[in-house]
Amino acid sequence: MYDLIVIGGGPAGLAGACAAWEAGLRRILIVERDRELGGILNQCIHNGFGLHYFKEELTGPEYAGRFIEMLRDTGVEVRLDTMVLEVTDQRKVHMVGKDTGYRVEEAKSILLAMGCRERTRGAIAIPGTRPAGIFTAGAAQRYVNMEGWLPGKRVVILGSGDIGLIMARRMTLEGAKVLACVEVMPYSGGLNRNIVQCLHDYDIPLYLSHTVTDIRGVNRVEQVVVSQVDDRRQPIPGTEMVFDCDTLLLSVGLIPENELTRQAGIAIDPRTNGAVVWENMETSLPGVFASGNVAHVHDLVDFVTAESQRAGTAAARYVLEGEAAEGDALEIVNGDGVSYTVPQHVRPGRVEKACDLFFRVNRVCGPSRIKVTSGDKQIAAFSRDYLAPGEMEHILLPRKLLDGASETLCVSIEEVESE
Amino acid sequence: MKELICIVCPKGCRLKVDEERDYAVTGNSCPRGAEYGRAELTHPTRVLTSTVRCVGGAHPRCPVKTNGPIPKGDIFPAMALLDGVTLTVPVRTGQVVVKNVLGTGVDFVAARDL
Repeated sequence: MYDLIVIGGGPAGLAGACAAWEAGLRRILIVERDRELGGILNQCIHNGFGLHYFKEELTGPEYAGRFIEMLRDTGVEVRLDTMVLEVTDQRKVHMVGKDTGYRVEEAKSILLAMGCRERTRGAIAIPGTRPAGIFTAGAAQRYVNMEGWLPGKRVVILGSGDIGLIMARRMTLEGAKVLACVEVMPYSGGLNRNIVQCLHDYDIPLYLSHTVTDIRGVNRVEQVVVSQVDDRRQPIPGTEMVFDCDTLLLSVGLIPENELTRQAGIAIDPRTNGAVVWENMETSLPGVFASGNVAHVHDLVDFVTAESQRAGTAAARYVLEGEAAEGDALEIVNGDGVSYTVPQHVRPGRVEKACDLFFRVNRVCGPSRIKVTSGDKQIAAFSRDYLAPGEMEHILLPRKLLDGASETLCVSIEEVESE
Repeated sequence: MKELICIVCPKGCRLKVDEERDYAVTGNSCPRGAEYGRAELTHPTRVLTSTVRCVGGAHPRCPVKTNGPIPKGDIFPAMALLDGVTLTVPVRTGQVVVKNVLGTGVDFVAARDL
């Protein structure tokens, strides 16, 4: 019987396991399906990781390396090349590994840290032929950065998520010509800094309110047709641009990988596609926690780390102190301008000093006020100069403000006149 | 007056740089932003990351980075320097891969253990 089984050895699993060790758990197992720890960070060779956590700018492999190093100083057990097949509601974890075969391990607590995967062409139903040369941006990133293959020479990128932007630069540096980055929304889904240092630096045009309306080619991609879209995201006839290219990269969103979560009967939030979680990242199944991109898609690994440390610490507390007594709970609901919140509900009695609340806005806003209300009562307000759906927002709700709330907390955005 | 988006950190502050007032920067939330705004208009630099060939390890490529910023104009010549490099395991994070890139005083270093 393990104290904690962590499913996934990426940034979330590493931070969660280290935190649980530090909080006193000793029988901890990380199960990782790849042949090494580090997860997606291993292929993210660009820099910019760790500014919040380490106060320096690291590449992905360096960031992962720091945590793998920390883990080495603990007695956490790691099983690589091992795939988890099922998690039961009795916290039994079925797994199959190259060296260990089929095993069922039991745990007093579980941390779900499976991360997310990319949406594919099938998920967004792009018309056209089905030639070779269509990759998700992350798959192309693995080919280029880890396996040493350049997947194409003339490239169009659909979607302006961070991985797409990063790959626009990466393919350019490796000698490919990136013809365009095409985004269906009127704003980019990526961080502003990536628009600047990945597109502007290399004169790669960004077409906002445009999408791919046809893919042409028999064996390999030969042309991609891009059209402007109207405000209902419908292609406008007569606006077609034809790009002669051999490759289309897709950076059209990430989906938390929650097959195991669903199978275990854990409640899923359709807004995040992740588990519904409490303030300590515990799911609807007591003793089972979720953190990182499996809970909601993050922009910054530093926040994945912080969230997973909270989850790991909470798992330790659950094992060492047992289930806490039932107390009042507040439901957190979307107000105007907010597309989701994590956590989805909070037990004020379990909040020590303050509750971390993450959310995304559903439109670009100038100077704004983030308001937190309970019924007719305003609990807290925060000002921001700029809000965008591509950038996750974070607020801290102090315990004593939560004590003044009842039943629901509503998070909303109100744009204010700029001075 | 030039408007820029700061790339020092993911926050992405909107900077205003006044060329006529000695590149005075406003809109930054930290001193590094002011430094970036000034440098971006006078001598723009970037940290460059890429990979080099590596034999004997779990992967055929090893990630590398410049251990400091290099002039933007040096990016493609610096990439060309990496074409001829082959590392052999063991590789340690921080190990120098190309010394003094194009006379900048900055080195390419390995960004992982292999």
